[in-house]
Amino acid sequence: MSETKEPLFSKKNKKLISDPLNLNNPVTIQVLGICSALAVTVQMDNAIVMSIAVLFVLVMGNLIVSLMRNLIPSKIKIIVQLVIVAALVIIVDQVLKAFVYDVSKSLSVFVGLIITNCIIMGRLEAFALGNKPWASILDGVGNGLGYGLILVVVAFFKELFGSGKLLGFEIFGNSVDQTGLYAIGYEDNGLMLLPPSSLILVALYIWIQKKRTPSLIDEH
Amino acid sequence: MSINKEGNGYTMTFAIVMVVVVGGLLAYIASTLKPIQQANVKNEKMQNILQAIGLEETNGVSRDEAGKIFNDYITERIILDYDGNVVSKKTNEDQIESAAKSMKDEKDAFNLEVRKYYNTLTGLMKKYPEGGAEYEAAIKEKGITYPLFVAENGGKKYFVTYFSGKGLWDDIWGYVAFREDGTTINGTVFDHKGETPGLGSKITEELFQNQFIGKIITDENSGEYKPIKVEKPGGEYNQHQVAGLSGATFTAVGVDEMMNRSLEVYNKYFSSLKTASVQPIELPVSDTNMMDSIQVVVDSTMLAIK
Repeated sequence: MSETKEPLFSKKNKKLISDPLNLNNPVTIQVLGICSALAVTVQMDNAIVMSIAVLFVLVMGNLIVSLMRNLIPSKIKIIVQLVIVAALVIIVDQVLKAFVYDVSKSLSVFVGLIITNCIIMGRLEAFALGNKPWASILDGVGNGLGYGLILVVVAFFKELFGSGKLLGFEIFGNSVDQTGLYAIGYEDNGLMLLPPSSLILVALYIWIQKKRTPSLIDEH
Repeated sequence: MSINKEGNGYTMTFAIVMVVVVGGLLAYIASTLKPIQQANVKNEKMQNILQAIGLEETNGVSRDEAGKIFNDYITERIILDYDGNVVSKKTNEDQIESAAKSMKDEKDAFNLEVRKYYNTLTGLMKKYPEGGAEYEAAIKEKGITYPLFVAENGGKKYFVTYFSGKGLWDDIWGYVAFREDGTTINGTVFDHKGETPGLGSKITEELFQNQFIGKIITDENSGEYKPIKVEKPGGEYNQHQVAGLSGATFTAVGVDEMMNRSLEVYNKYFSSLKTASVQPIELPVSDTNMMDSIQVVVDSTMLAIK
C-alpha cells in the first residue's frame, strides 16, 4: 500500500463517466438495453424515473459486486450477480409502488424487467468483477447516465410530436379544444407513440453521433 | 489458513448465506412498505369511485384526499347477486378494513375483487359459449357477485357500478355512475392494466369517458335493458352509442363487452327499485324529456367536433 493514492477524479476516472455518454454509449454504440429504451419513452417523466431506477440498480450492483469480487465463487458468479440485481430491482419496485404510485403504474412491468437489462449484467460482468469499488461506482454512474441520456432524448421527441406535450405540459396547445397549433390544422403524429418510432429516433441519434465522431465508424 | 474458493463446500456456503441475507432483506423491506402500498391501492379505488359519480365537488379529487372524504359521499356499499338481489349492505358507519387479504371483510362491496370474478366468469363463458340457462345457473353457483356504491349529494342519489373485462392486452375495468332514475349515466372512470399507450390507454382520458354522460341503458319505449354500444369513431350517435377509439378497436370492444355484460345485472336491481317506487306513470314522461335534451347536447357537441 505504499503507492501514491490516485485522486478521486483522475483523468482515468473521469473517462469512466464521460466515455459511456458518447464514445461508448451502452445504447447507441454497444446497442444494449434497447428493449426498455423503446418501450418506456412515450412520456418524459416515465423515461426519467426509469433512468433513475436503472442508474440506482447499476451503481449499487456495481458497488456490491466490486466489494465482493474476491469472495464470489467463480462457478456461480452469474447466479450471484443475478441475485444481487434481482434484489435491487425488487427494492426499487417496492419503493416506487409505495411512494410514486402513479409512475409505478405507468412503468408497470418495465421496472421488473430491469433485471434482464443487458447493460446491468454487462457492466457487472465486464467491469465490476475486476475493478475497485470507486471505479465501479463511476462506471455505473457513467453507463446509467449514458442510458438515461438516450431515453430522455428519445422521450423528448416522442412526447413532443406524439402528444404535443413535454412532461405533461401542453406545448403545441390543446388538441381537444383545438387551441394553439391545432387551430391551424396541426395534428399529432400517432406513430410517435408506438415503439417503432423509438427505433427510428435511436437510429437517427446513432447517425448524427457517428457523423460527428468519425472515429466511431467501423473500418470494414 | 486460506479457504479453497474453488471447492464445492465454499460455493454451497456462499450460496446459502447469500440467499438467506437477500431473502431476509427483501422480506423486511416488503413488509415495511406494505401498509403504504395498500393505502395507495385503497385510496386509488376511492378516488376512482368518487371521480365516477360525476359531481363537481368530487371531480379531480386527489388520491390522499379521496381517502378522507370517501365516506362523506358514499353512504352505502351493496353487494348484488346475478339476479340483482341485495346480498349484503354496508353503510358509511361501517369501517372499510384495509387489513391483510385473509382478514378482508368479504361482505363489504369495497373489498370485492371484480377482476378475480371476471377470471372465473371467462372460464364459464368458455364452458358455455352459447350462454343460456346452464350458464346463468353456473354463475349463480360460483357465487359471482357485483359491487354497487350508493352516493348521496344535495338530496340526490347516485349509483356507482364497478366491473372488469378484457382489453387487447390485459385487464380493463370501469366505474360507471347512474343518476337516481337508474338508467342515465352521470359519470364514468375507465382504467387498464396494459393497453397500448396513446391508443387503447385513451380510455382513461376524459374525452372518451365524458361521452357516456347522459346516455341511457334502457329502451325509451319498453323500458327494457338496452346496452350502450361503442361504435366506430366518426358519425352520428344516439343515446345508446358512443364513439370508440381509432387504432384501439379491441380495447373499445372490451369496454363494450364488459359494460353490456355487467350493466345487465345492475339493471335488474335498478328495475326492482323502479317497480318499488310509487310513481310508475311519471317515470317514462320525465325520461323522454331528459332524452330530448340529451339529444340536443349530443348534436351540438357533434357540430363542435366537426
